[in-house]
Amino acid sequence: MATTSAGSAVAAEKVSIGKELGRAFRFFLSELKPKGKLLTPFNVITGVIMVVGVALIVIRFAFGLASVTNLSQAYPWGIWIGFDVVTGVAFAGGAYVLTFAVHILKMKKFEPIVRVTVLNGFLAYVFYAGALLLDLGRPWNVINPIIGNAFGLSSVLFLVAWHFLLYMICEFLEFSPAIAEWLNWPKVRKVLMALTTGAVVFGITLSTLHQSGLGALFLLAPSKVHPLWYSHNIPVMFFVSSIFAGISMVMIESFFTHKPFQARMGHEIHANHDAIMLGLAKGAVGALFAYFFIKVIDFVHYQLWSQLRGFYGAWYLFEIVGFVVVPTALFLIAIRRRSVKLVQVTAFITAFGVILNRLNVSVIGFKWYEANRYYPSWGEIVVTLAIISMELWVFRWVVNRMPVLSDAHHEEKGPDEGQVIRWKASA
Amino acid sequence: MTISRRGFLKVIGATGGALTAAGGATARASTLAAADEGGVEFNGMLIDTTLCIGCRACEAACNETNELPEPKVSFDSEAVFAEVRDTTPAAYTVVNRFANEKKPEEPTFVRKQCMHCNQPGCATACLTKAMEKTKEGPVVYNKDRCMGCRYCMIACPFDVPKYEYDSPMPFVKKCTFCAPRQKEGLQPACAEACPTGATLFGKKRELLETARARIQAEPDKYLHHIYGEREVGGTGWLYLLPAQPEKYGLRTNLGTTPYSELTAGFLYAVPLVFVLWPSILFGLNYMTKGHSEGEKEVETHGHD
Repeated sequence: MATTSAGSAVAAEKVSIGKELGRAFRFFLSELKPKGKLLTPFNVITGVIMVVGVALIVIRFAFGLASVTNLSQAYPWGIWIGFDVVTGVAFAGGAYVLTFAVHILKMKKFEPIVRVTVLNGFLAYVFYAGALLLDLGRPWNVINPIIGNAFGLSSVLFLVAWHFLLYMICEFLEFSPAIAEWLNWPKVRKVLMALTTGAVVFGITLSTLHQSGLGALFLLAPSKVHPLWYSHNIPVMFFVSSIFAGISMVMIESFFTHKPFQARMGHEIHANHDAIMLGLAKGAVGALFAYFFIKVIDFVHYQLWSQLRGFYGAWYLFEIVGFVVVPTALFLIAIRRRSVKLVQVTAFITAFGVILNRLNVSVIGFKWYEANRYYPSWGEIVVTLAIISMELWVFRWVVNRMPVLSDAHHEEKGPDEGQVIRWKASA
Repeated sequence: MTISRRGFLKVIGATGGALTAAGGATARASTLAAADEGGVEFNGMLIDTTLCIGCRACEAACNETNELPEPKVSFDSEAVFAEVRDTTPAAYTVVNRFANEKKPEEPTFVRKQCMHCNQPGCATACLTKAMEKTKEGPVVYNKDRCMGCRYCMIACPFDVPKYEYDSPMPFVKKCTFCAPRQKEGLQPACAEACPTGATLFGKKRELLETARARIQAEPDKYLHHIYGEREVGGTGWLYLLPAQPEKYGLRTNLGTTPYSELTAGFLYAVPLVFVLWPSILFGLNYMTKGHSEGEKEVETHGHD
């Protein structure tokens, strides 16, 4: 008796799943249509950049890297690695910082911005780590370190490659409840919600290792990275700076999304905006302080006084004072005065400092002694801008459709979905 | 990598060196040829620049053996010496001419090619094992595994691997130490072609002894340093020079640490983080459960 009823239930379930998938697919197609005006200045400019960028990418794959980039035998890595991947991934650090604060430490204050930050982080990995494929000479072999016909276990890049892949899966899982809500799949959503804590814990672990791993890549170039930037501590520096890089990017992102996405914004995110920004500033200050002290220890350990002469000495001080010390002070002032404006301004300064640091390690200070220095070609810059534009378009598409900024998901969400499901199952 | 490490440990055992003195032990290991358990020793090459006459026979032999494209300037021409050249995807070795202050009529010729490090940076960097140190000594490139990330080029202290930037299907190109010829029991093409013995093939251990003997026999002729003996933990190719290496474009700030050790510390930390972080994070998550949303949960547990 039990089996027949169960069997028919399964059959019914199958039919309804088929129907449901069909509905979701039609819904997805209908959602593909653009919303709002098409011919805005933003759309036109980024549209042109993307068209040119795609053309350049086609040329690059048809004729080789030399046809588009300024890469050379002396400079195998340019801004596609130094900016797109190394810097882009640092800015994606906000996701692991905020999921740590909200899911692990249960800081409710930041909950309204978790989804949008995770979405940003996920897209950053898809597009900026994805940009790595443009730079690879034989991108189809990118599966080699994954499928295991040749595990280069001694390679830091092996670790970074695996972690990119696994972390993208974690971030997708963290964001997936929003997709389930959008498709109106409450059952799927419950299952996905139950996976969140695991994804968060695993995601933070992976982030710790690949954020630092990106720095560790340069450990193998002790004679090529300028002594002011080369250090055994470079992995720790990259990790710690990814904390304030990520936080400053969250602030910048909120600065830009606050107005255009006002209609999509939930009550909570709106009401708590200032408190959230000031709270984030406190987190950034902590990380900046830690970073500064690591730099000081390093400076003393490597006895870098003698290196301070000349252009690179001044350039180094410009980075450390202008973009570590100054933003630390400005964040502190902003917190004291409760000035959200100043927090936002400082976020831009901090982010610029992170760009500067990553480029100093990977491009500007890399083989500083060569006579013919690398500088990016216009093609490399346009492709980089095209990738950023694509990310912004996808981001906008998702935010305009899925419950990312709205607080709808808070209303229907129970206290702890995972626990509730387990309790129901046992009952 | 494992081979050289094993060799390294064996050497330590054989010499009775103390493991605790890591620095000293490394230097010692690099002065002796590493041999694996089967007794296979690294082959090497001794470049005695004082014997080189700049005939470029090595370049021609290399070009032929590796079936590289015809060069723009013929191998008989001395026009190429006008400027210091670097290796290219089409030339795995190049001979350069440097002025000799003591005897201007006798310039010094110095070859450049892959140094075939004992513990190579390129092989440490490679995530697909496209770059590999073989137990016979050559650092070889398995082109079918390569994904073209060029991290080997970043990591190589001698800037040896070269890339086919003009190709949509590019490979990394560098000296193979004629690994296929060595397998057949032949010596590398360049050594065979060298008319003066400036490029001398042999067991690395024996070549080091030869080099030392030459310095001792003619102490005024040679710089008292064998370039490659200790650099980056020791290289398969060794140079005897008349003056400071910098004069010949050879870098002296490379240190004696094998490149595989530069990232070892970081990589050892990975399993630690993988054990510690999840334990701590799950623990923290468990601790904070009661904070904001826990009250109801406690109730549900109470019903059980």
